[in-house]
Amino acid sequence: MRCVPECAIEVHGLRKSYGEFEAVRGIDFEVRRGEVFGLLGPNGAGKTTTVEILEGYRARSEGTVSVLGFDPGGRSRALRARVGIVLQSTGLYRHIRVREAVAHFGAMYPHPRDVDEVVELTGLAGKEDALARTLSGGQLRRLDLALALVGDPELIFLDEPTTGFDPAARRNAWDTIRSLKQLGKTVLLTTHYLDEAQALADRVAIIKDGRILIEGAPQELGADGGPARYRVAYRNGDGSVNERQTDDPTTLLHELTGAALARGERLEGLSVTRPTLEDVYLELTSKEPAGG
Amino acid sequence: MADTAAMAWRQYRLERKLFWRNPSAAFFNFLLPLLFLAFFGAILHGNQHDLNVIVPGIAGMSVMSTTFTALAFNMTFLREQGVLKRIRGTPMPGISYLAGIAGNAITNTALQIAIITVAGRLFFGTGWPRDWGELLLFVAAGVVCFASLGVAFSHAIPNFDSAPAYVNAVFLPVIFISGVFYDAARAPGFIKGIAQALPLKHLIDGLSGAMVKGTSIATNVSALGVIAAWAVLGVALAVRGFSWEQRRS
Ligand SMILES: Nc1ncnc2c1ncn2[C@@H]1O[C@H](COP(=O)(O)OP(=O)(O)OP(=O)(O)O)[C@@H](O)[C@H]1O
Ligand SMILES: [Mg+2]
Repeated sequence: MRCVPECAIEVHGLRKSYGEFEAVRGIDFEVRRGEVFGLLGPNGAGKTTTVEILEGYRARSEGTVSVLGFDPGGRSRALRARVGIVLQSTGLYRHIRVREAVAHFGAMYPHPRDVDEVVELTGLAGKEDALARTLSGGQLRRLDLALALVGDPELIFLDEPTTGFDPAARRNAWDTIRSLKQLGKTVLLTTHYLDEAQALADRVAIIKDGRILIEGAPQELGADGGPARYRVAYRNGDGSVNERQTDDPTTLLHELTGAALARGERLEGLSVTRPTLEDVYLELTSKEPAGG
Repeated sequence: MADTAAMAWRQYRLERKLFWRNPSAAFFNFLLPLLFLAFFGAILHGNQHDLNVIVPGIAGMSVMSTTFTALAFNMTFLREQGVLKRIRGTPMPGISYLAGIAGNAITNTALQIAIITVAGRLFFGTGWPRDWGELLLFVAAGVVCFASLGVAFSHAIPNFDSAPAYVNAVFLPVIFISGVFYDAARAPGFIKGIAQALPLKHLIDGLSGAMVKGTSIATNVSALGVIAAWAVLGVALAVRGFSWEQRRS
């Protein structure tokens, strides 16, 4: 895939070893400008490693990466001014106030957003004067998001940004991320919530043991020929549920309904379900690694 | 450049605000040495020889506690909490950030030295410093030396929980052997030998020369040399071992 005019992120043949252990084993992907790209995968898959290489925190062992046209390993200040980062886990000064923190971080960037607007956007209105140490876990996480957005970055890295959010807060964060997309920003998101990926990401990559297993738009991954199968369910005469999986629902339905009609029965509670992102994910990631 | 300086200033202002908001930091960094001064001052009241020892001694201890101790604690905390890592992801130059942090520590040093100086004049009969320039020189040398050693030492501290143990294991013996509370000349030989190799005794000698004895810089030039040597070592270790992230143990 080539991006026009230029990819926000390009990753080719990326590898990363920690001593003997190879956490990332040759991955390639591209993120287009203006796209929300999701990195999914089980614990220890290598998501944070990959993201932190792109953020310039960790050195890669092999491969090439380009972020907004820069090599993040060079740690250019010009690049950092255009990138916002929510790390998987970070703390903050205990005695800083919310608004003070947002304003302080905003002042590090050449063209910051309005502080109150960012506070509002991240759902921290009413908490402006609270000390960081008095915030709840979810509120602190929102502050992380606020600090990543206040510099008005073009590209935002979000490593599990909604972990610890209550359901309403998660929806709010989704709206915030959608609003970023509307502003033409590029977002690289990792998450363990597949509904979140489905709701937000234009494309996702599922990674496991340092390799990308599949990549594509969330709805395409469940499409015909994909790794997961359609589910056809109906109730038997005794009321028990019968579920069958198939790559070819047309034929299966024809057989089932044909047989039922021939017996003069109905298929009660008949449903056909397209594989969801979750089905694809579980199908792919539950397998034991080959040779390991 | 202007930008780098402006960001350092901004960081410094924030650090000052946060410092006063944190009562335990304010107490240990600030009030404790002054309490020592008041306490020993009261005990030694009327004994000018010992007061002449304790005033520069406490001044030297203050330099060490506001820089070495405070920075070893702060850097360990900021690194463990991931604050350093977060800052590293912003366009603020690392040097601006570190300047803000160091500036905060140095301000505490300056405030304490000022208070001790005034207290020496008003309460402890040591009068005004004999040589202000010499005082400034030794405080500055002590700050560079102990601040860099504090940052360097933070690399050896595995986590914030163990920071008090690590820091006190250095701080307490050093202040006891370096003649903060008594005339170091009266200490047994092997203790004198150890103290002689460490920077605090030399800092106190210099401060004593500047504040009480009125000996010139030339008399204490070897003391300055020892402090400078430790400063070189401290800066080298602070820079070489510096990490923005906590290492995995
Ligand atoms: N600094 C490190 N030193 C040694 N091993 C590491 C280091 N960082 C990560 N690893 C290992 O690399 C692998 C990938 O870790 P990574 O943090 O990238 O996973 P992840 O996909 O982000 O997982 P999670 O979903 O749990 O956040 C893990 O097995 C982890 O133990
Ligand atoms: Mg992770």
